[in-house]
Amino acid sequence: MHGFANPKRFLSLARWLTPLLLLSGLVLAGAALAWGLFVVPPDRLMGETVRILFLHVPTAWLGMGGWTAIAIASGVYLVWRHPLADLAARAAAVPGMVFTAVCLATGSIWGRPTWGTWWVWDGRLTSMLVLLFLYFGYIALAQAVAREGGSSRIPAIFGLVGAINIPIINRSVVWWNSLHQPPSITAGKSAIDAEFLVPLLIAVLGFTLIFGGVVLARMRALLGDIQAEARLRRKASEAA
Amino acid sequence: MRETLDQWDFVIAAYAVGIVATLALVAWAWWDMKRAERRREEARRK
Repeated sequence: MHGFANPKRFLSLARWLTPLLLLSGLVLAGAALAWGLFVVPPDRLMGETVRILFLHVPTAWLGMGGWTAIAIASGVYLVWRHPLADLAARAAAVPGMVFTAVCLATGSIWGRPTWGTWWVWDGRLTSMLVLLFLYFGYIALAQAVAREGGSSRIPAIFGLVGAINIPIINRSVVWWNSLHQPPSITAGKSAIDAEFLVPLLIAVLGFTLIFGGVVLARMRALLGDIQAEARLRRKASEAA
Repeated sequence: MRETLDQWDFVIAAYAVGIVATLALVAWAWWDMKRAERRREEARRK
C-alpha cells in the first residue's frame, strides 16, 4: 500500500483505473436503475414508489461511505503524513456531498407519497442533514487551507471529529422513534425479497465504482494543480 | 379531502434528480482532471 503513496506510481495506476471505474460504474448503475424502473414489480405497501430504493440506498451508503473515507484518509495523513492521503480525503469530499444531497432529495421525494410529508425532524433525516453541512464545512475549510497555505492537519482533524456522526446516522432508526424504516440489510441477513435485493446490490456496486472513479479523477486534478504550481514557482525563483 | 397522488410522478422526479446529479458529477470530475493535467504539462514545457 505504501508503494502507491508515491505520486508517480499512483498516476501510473490511476491513469487506466479512472476510466475503467467510471465506465463500468455507469454501465452497472444504469442497468440497475433500468431494472428497478421497468422490471421490478410494484411493492405491496409502497406501490410504484419502491423504485426510488435503487437510487436512495446507494446514495445514502456513499454519503456515509464518503465521510468514512475522509476520516480514514485523514487518520493516515495525521499519523504517516502521506501527502496522497490528504489528497484522497479532499477528493472524497465533493462526491460524498453530492451523494448525500441526492439521498436527502430522493428521500424527501419518497416521503411525500409514503409518509404524507416531504420532511420530518427525526433522528435519521436530521443526522443525514448534519452530514451534508459537515461536507460543506470540510470543503470550505480544505479550500481555505489550500488557498491561504495553512496546515492540512486542520481539515484532517475536522474529518476525524466529524466521523462521530456516522454511527449516529446508522443507529438513529434504532435509538429514536422514526418514520424511517429500521435497517433492512444487516450483516449476513436481509429483509428484502431477492426480486428487489439483486438489482439493489448491483446499483450499490455501480454507484460505488462511480464514486471510486470520481475520487481518483479528483485526486489527479488536485495533484495536477499542485505539481503545476510547484513547477511555476520553481521557474519563477530560478528566473529571479 | 384526500388528495390523489400519481406515484410515477415522484419516481420520475427522484430518478431525474439522481441521474442528472451523478452525470454532472462525473462530467465535472473528468473535465477538471483533464484541465489540471493539461496545466501541469504546460508548466513543464514552459
